[in-house]
Parts: sequence; C-alpha cells; structure tokens
Amino acid sequence: MVIDITRRQRIGFYAYAIVAMLFLYMPIIAVTLASFSKKRYFSFPITRYTTAWYAKSFDDLTIADLLWTSLTIALAVMAICIIIGFFGALAYARYDWRGRKAFQRFLLLPIFFPQSVLGLALLLWFNFLGIIPTWQTAIVAHLVWIAPIATLVMAIQAYSFDPALEEAARDLGATSWQVLREVTLPLIMPGVVSAGLFSFLLSWGNFPLSLFTTGADLTLPEWLYAKMVSGYSPLVPAVGTMTVVGVAVLLAVALAIMWAFRRTHGHRGPQAADGEG
Amino acid sequence: MQSEQNREGFLCSLPVLVLLAAIFVAPLLVIFGFSVMPGKTFSLLQAPTLENFATIVNQTYYQSLLWSLGLSFATVVILLVVCYPLAFAMAKVFGTFANVITVLVVLTLFVSENIRLFGWVLVLMKGGLLSGGLKAWLGIEMDSLLYDVPAIIFGLVYVYLPFMLFPLVLGIAMVPEELRQAASDLGASRWTVMREIDLPLALPGILVGSMLTFVLCAGAMAESKLLGGQKVIVMADEIETAFTYGQNWPLGSALSVVLIILIGFVAYFVLRRVDLDRIMGKT
Repeated sequence: MVIDITRRQRIGFYAYAIVAMLFLYMPIIAVTLASFSKKRYFSFPITRYTTAWYAKSFDDLTIADLLWTSLTIALAVMAICIIIGFFGALAYARYDWRGRKAFQRFLLLPIFFPQSVLGLALLLWFNFLGIIPTWQTAIVAHLVWIAPIATLVMAIQAYSFDPALEEAARDLGATSWQVLREVTLPLIMPGVVSAGLFSFLLSWGNFPLSLFTTGADLTLPEWLYAKMVSGYSPLVPAVGTMTVVGVAVLLAVALAIMWAFRRTHGHRGPQAADGEG
Repeated sequence: MQSEQNREGFLCSLPVLVLLAAIFVAPLLVIFGFSVMPGKTFSLLQAPTLENFATIVNQTYYQSLLWSLGLSFATVVILLVVCYPLAFAMAKVFGTFANVITVLVVLTLFVSENIRLFGWVLVLMKGGLLSGGLKAWLGIEMDSLLYDVPAIIFGLVYVYLPFMLFPLVLGIAMVPEELRQAASDLGASRWTVMREIDLPLALPGILVGSMLTFVLCAGAMAESKLLGGQKVIVMADEIETAFTYGQNWPLGSALSVVLIILIGFVAYFVLRRVDLDRIMGKT
C-alpha cells in the first residue's frame, strides 16, 4: 500500500499505536482500580478490594440529583444541536452560496475559544440580561461549543452526498419539504446519529462551560472537580468510573443499532421510503 | 439556479447564526465592554478607561500570559513529534486498523477531562500506580512526579493529543501516494520524501492541528490546577480568579480580551492559509 515499508517498520508502527492507546487509557484504568480500593486515600499496590464505594454512591441522594441534572442538560443539548446543526450542515457543505466561506470560518471560532472564557462571558451576559444562572442556562452555555461541532459532524456526511439526487426528486415534482424529508434527511441520517451522540456525550462530560453557568445547581463533572480540588471524597473514583461505564454502554448500544440498521437497510440504499407518495 | 443556492444556503445557515449571535457574539461584546470600565464595577455605564490594561502591564499578569504561551508552545512541539508517526501510520499503513484507533481515541474524548487528569494524579503521585508499583515490584524509591512544570506539560500533551492527531491524519491522507512513489523511484531517500513531499503537502493538516492545540492550551486551566498544584498560574486561572475571588469583572474582562485577541490572531493567520472544503473531504 505504501512505498517500501519493511515488515519490521510495519511492526514498529503497530507497536507505537498500541503504546499510544495504553497512554490514552492509563488514567481511566487508574481511576477504575482506585474505585475498588478499600482505603480512603488511594495507594498502590492495592491491599484490600471492596465495592462499598459503589454501594454508597448508589444510595447517595446528592449523586442521584447530579445524575439527573447532567442527563437533562445533555438530552436538551442533543435535541437542539441536531435540529440546528442539520440546517447548518446543509449550509456548510451542500449549498454553494455567497457567504459560505465566511460562514465556515465563523462556525469554527467558538470551537477554538477557551471554554472557561466562554463560560465567564456567558455569565456576564446572563447577568446583563437579568437572568439568574441555573441548569437551564448551562444548556445554553453548552450549545455555544457543541452546536458548531454537531454541525461539522453532519457537514462531513453532507459532503459525501450527491446533489443530483435532490435535483432528480425536484424534477419529478417533489416539493421542497418532500425533498428534505424523503431524500436529504435519509442521506444525512448517519451524520445525524453521530452528531446526536457527540452532542450528548460532550455535554455529559463538559466541565469548563458548566462551571460558571449552572448557578446553584451542579453537574457530575463539577461535583467531581470540586471534590478533587478540596474536601476529597472516596466516592470520586467510583462515581468517575460509573460515568465512564455509562458512556461506554451508550456507545455500545448506539454502535449496535447502527450496525443492525446498516444490515437491514444497507442494500436498498438510503431511500427506503418508496412506499409513500 | 445560483440565486436559489444563495437563498437556500443562507436560510439554512440562519438558525445556527442566530444562535451564535445571541450566545457567542453578544457575550463577547459584553466582555469587550467591561474591559474598558473602571475597576471593580458591575455596571457597563461608566466612562470608558484603559486602566485595566495598564494594570495587566504594570502588575505581574503578563507573566501568566507568558507562562500560558510558553506551555502551549512546548505542548505543540511535543505533540507534533509524538503524533506524526501515529498519524502517518493511520493515514498510510494501517488500513482498517486505523478506524479502530480512531474510535478508541474519540472514546476518551467523551470522558470528562477532570476524570482523566485525576487518573494521572493517581498514576503519578507518591504511592500512586507508578511509584508504588516500582517500589513494590522492583524496590526502586521514587518521588511524586506531580506539581511541577513538566507535569503540566504532560497533562496538556495528554488532553490535547486527539486535537493534533486527527488534523494530522487528514493532512497526511491528502498526500498522493503516486507522488511519493515517483520520488522514491527517482532515488529520493525516505527522509527526502518526508521532507520534500509529505511535510509540504500535509501542511494544511499540520497547521490546523498546531493552531488548534496551541489555542486550546492557551486557554487551559485544569491541567495546571490538578497536575501542577498551582505551581504556575496560567492565564485562564488569572481570569477565573479576577471574576470570582477578586470580584473585579473589568480586570477579568481585560485579561480575557488579551487572550481573545491573541487567539484570534493565531486563528486568523492559520485559517487564511487553509481551504476547509479540501481538508474535510470535498474534492
């Protein structure tokens, strides 16, 4: 595939990749290990194991509260990002319009911005408007950063579709709404699913935007940070591990659904709506 | 047809534009407004002044700025060296295995940055995974590796690795294989191929990756707090302190404005040279 790569070099590349993955997963492994350690303050090697911290976290009402707050915010962010990002993606990749280049660049700006500064700027803005920050304002804060990302994810999908399909539908007499529903949406669907997943997960794990914009409410990452910086709680590793497991389960389910979807719909192509008219 | 494209494209861009105008542009305008207000005020209706910027220059705030820039620069250089071989392998050597790596790297992005940095604290602290393991199994005594500048850079490299890796992969994938083959046939060494063909043609990806990581590092705070133990006060930290403990919004705003202008400058400089359509896969 590539010019003169020897067997040894190939093995070297694979070894490097595996070491890099170990590096990326090392801290997650460490947190998981710590969550099973019986000692209040972690030290290695672990002498006695326990699952007590998990049991305690399940019983803890504060943690249940945090979970609901984080979940509600993430779901709201996901729903809004999918709708707004879908049209944004069409403007980004599908239409050849006058302001497109400027639009593309503008959309990247919030992503490059330091999130803590964005959070503080929003705090001032809410204050200026007389809005008291609660978990609802955190939804707005997350959107600043996540809506452009969702747009980009869907735009990548939109790049790969052939505008001639829409033209054909239009020539055959479909209205704009029908074209959108029957042609465009099914074609971009894989992008919509990934963007939804990205939005949910990025909101779920976000800390810097939440920090200044949730007011008296707390999200899970905020609580974890507060406990790490001061007043350490042995529940931190257990709760941290559970959020990681939650992410993994969600992704596994999403991947399984996508895989099943591809198996049933794969051969027929994306326009599976031929029965309607 | 063109007018229709113009109209529909504009209409589709409206929702996200309106959203960003309301929650991105407007807050930034407020920040700019506060940055020229006299110190410690909470109102935007005072006579404009530049005293906050004078404070930044006269007091030690510029040191934090230099620290942030220095740490970011070091991180970008290390990331380029660390990520290039992996990106090259993902773009040119691995085939489908590259997808596995991509999924594995993206997965880590969904785990809160706090948790991952906390994991490194558990690894690097005295009696943690590394020093505890070495002592128990090899009998080597080792001190904590935390709470110093290298630990902060380590944390930055770790957290922002994906943001360098993926642009590099996209950039290197843009290098046509025939060209590399031709150069090689004409007698170019592997090193020459890399210097004369790979690096120049992958430059958009290299630029985007470097810019992205530089900008994100410049605004980062959690790494220095969790791994650096506040040994170094970075820019984002100063901004937060000014807003919270300091209760000095105008000063915090002025510091933000300095950071924003700097980041805007870097972003503009790089984005002007890069065609986003090409890098994202439109041919």
